[in-house]
Amino acid sequence: MSAAATSLTEIPGAWTLPYRGKVAMACLIIAESAIFTIFVVAYLFYLGKSLTGPTPSEVLETPIFFTVCLLSSSLTVHFAGRSLERNNRGAFLGLWSLTIILGGLFLFGTGREWHRLIYEHRLTISTNLFGTTYYSLVGLHAFHVTVGLIMLLTVLIFGLVGRVGSDQFRRIDVLALYWHFVDAVWVVVFTVVYIVGR
Amino acid sequence: MSTDAIAIPNVQIEPRPWIQVLHDWVTTVDHKRIGILYVLYALFFLVIGGIEAIFIRIQLMYPHNDFVSPQVFNRLFTLHGTTMIFFVAMPILFGFANYLVPIMIGARDMAFPRLNAFSFWLSAFGGLLLYFSLLGGNGLYGAGNAPDVAWWAYAPLTARAFSPGHSSDYWTLSVLVSGFGSIGTAINIIATILSMRCPGMKLTRMPLMAWLSLVMGGMVLITITPLSAAQIMLLIDRYLGGHFFDTQAGGSAYLWMHFFWIFGHPEVYILIIPSFAFMSEIVPVFSRKPIFGYPVMVGATICIAFVSMSVWAHHMFTVGMNSYANSFFAITSMCVGIPTGIKIFNWIGTMWGGKIQFKVAMLFCIGFLFQFLIAGLTGIMLAAAPFDWQLSLSYFVVAHFHYVIVGGILFALFGAFYYWYPKVTGRMLSETLGKWHFWLFVIGFHACFDTMHFPGLLGMPRRIYTYEPGRGWDTMNLIVSIGAFIQGIAVLIFVWNLIRSYWKGKVAGNDPWDAWTLEWSTSSPPPAYNFATIPVVASRRPLWDLKHPEDPDSRYE
Repeated sequence: MSAAATSLTEIPGAWTLPYRGKVAMACLIIAESAIFTIFVVAYLFYLGKSLTGPTPSEVLETPIFFTVCLLSSSLTVHFAGRSLERNNRGAFLGLWSLTIILGGLFLFGTGREWHRLIYEHRLTISTNLFGTTYYSLVGLHAFHVTVGLIMLLTVLIFGLVGRVGSDQFRRIDVLALYWHFVDAVWVVVFTVVYIVGR
Repeated sequence: MSTDAIAIPNVQIEPRPWIQVLHDWVTTVDHKRIGILYVLYALFFLVIGGIEAIFIRIQLMYPHNDFVSPQVFNRLFTLHGTTMIFFVAMPILFGFANYLVPIMIGARDMAFPRLNAFSFWLSAFGGLLLYFSLLGGNGLYGAGNAPDVAWWAYAPLTARAFSPGHSSDYWTLSVLVSGFGSIGTAINIIATILSMRCPGMKLTRMPLMAWLSLVMGGMVLITITPLSAAQIMLLIDRYLGGHFFDTQAGGSAYLWMHFFWIFGHPEVYILIIPSFAFMSEIVPVFSRKPIFGYPVMVGATICIAFVSMSVWAHHMFTVGMNSYANSFFAITSMCVGIPTGIKIFNWIGTMWGGKIQFKVAMLFCIGFLFQFLIAGLTGIMLAAAPFDWQLSLSYFVVAHFHYVIVGGILFALFGAFYYWYPKVTGRMLSETLGKWHFWLFVIGFHACFDTMHFPGLLGMPRRIYTYEPGRGWDTMNLIVSIGAFIQGIAVLIFVWNLIRSYWKGKVAGNDPWDAWTLEWSTSSPPPAYNFATIPVVASRRPLWDLKHPEDPDSRYE
């Protein structure tokens, strides 16, 4: 039909559409936000409704250091992407590794807190409503951090064998978008669990 | 036209061994094949869910009937509801969107073909899990049973104490897994529409089918996910000893209701919006007029999507909410009627003054208009909280939502089958068999679901396995059952038509309906690459422009 139909109209000169990877990641983030919303609502709804202890104010400690780690990893992953765009592969790999280390530190922090809660305070997922909602919400977030770390590591391995070049910075940005989301969710979870919830 | 399949001369196509054909279908990432797989898979479950409905109706035909036991009856309505929503309606609509949207917007495939295949197989696996519960429901030591907690699975019915064995787990997992499949497909549809349109296909020129699929995809993202989250919580309760819905430990059965209906109500709109899309494509073509009020249609759809997110608790009026919540949800529920009414008027406006061709596809669309209107009116009745207190959980509600789903969604779907079957297979469906199908289905539908309102008004509760004689329900239940059988016969005629026309049907050609959207510009069935050259469009009806170069739409848009 091109012959007939195009004769009727000017062929649009610059026909650009949004990058499909970014659109898809934005959609995934919307979907994930809804999942987190439900878990946050459950957490808030059940605050103070546990029939037995321990309560959040008795056992929770604010993980400031690990929070700073996770939030600053958002910066490093952003600048890693910009370095790749400028084809500065050394800086990219360095910042990328730093992101993984910071994310790993955060995960270690979560693990340490869980260990403390389980062994010192005898709080497990089945102890009371607080345990159920706390481990579910924080665990859901930690699961997302873990998935993010696996993807970051995969890119790092490809980067180390020299397969990640500046032509792929758009894909890297899609992954960075996911990582920003994981960080943003932590801001919400942190506020709900450690500030509002105590 | 250069978009025809590229003819390859003098190549003898040898019949390939069936195992290779099967391998091709299982490993395919072509959006058209995946669309067909979705539809076939859904039709398979439609037959299963239909047989379950027939069993339910045989049991309720007479008072004190003992065709099935009470336990089996509970399993039947649970399986019927879950199957029809998650494994018939969702996949069949995704199938149509998968097949049609890329061709309509002039793309060669979806944005993520492999994600597309993955999502389909997730959904398919979900359906298998649900029915595997018939074998594995009791684990390794019993004869097995199926979930019997009803499709909304209220707590605490799903608690370990009340639902031993694994039947509820299979239900949870099947819904969770197919939910992930739905999210994957929704992401894919949105990315395809936003990023894969052919040159000139601005958002304001997209066929309404594409627009409505976009809205439907957006709704899937935010409404299927709460259900997934609630299912994860249920799994935590059942397997890790959590207390989300455990009232013994302070948990709340009420929260499950909210989470379920935050999903459950918008879900109805996820199903009806693609049906609106079929209407908006089929009605103009058989009225020989462009759609009336295109921008208003898009706006009304987005409006429905927004409002439908804030109506869920009208399913919970009888739970005992405070008067503010009751008023809020009553008012929002009634508000949905406004944009929906706009759409109905627009379809009528499209038909008004048109040269209407009463093909079978159009007959089903006209049926849709009448029946969906009545379904909407009983919906507004039920949205009034005091009325709902009387009739919630009665057969009036059952009649209402079957009017929406069968009288609305299924009628639009049948219309879509008659309209696009020639494109998918290259053969026309038989109009004679189609008319038999239509009229028998209309008669069966009205005998069944018009009548069903009245036992509800007389107080017959839903989900009872039998009833006492002499309450004024007996004759009506018999008529309802007879109506169900007539619909069953009509569906059998439809399936026979599908099978027979595949080999014996009239050859369709590219454009049997003289239609205007891009899918009719390519061959029937379309080649794997859809278009030999990517089309360029200048208006909402590119094929009109092509056929009428002296008076193209692009001049007026």
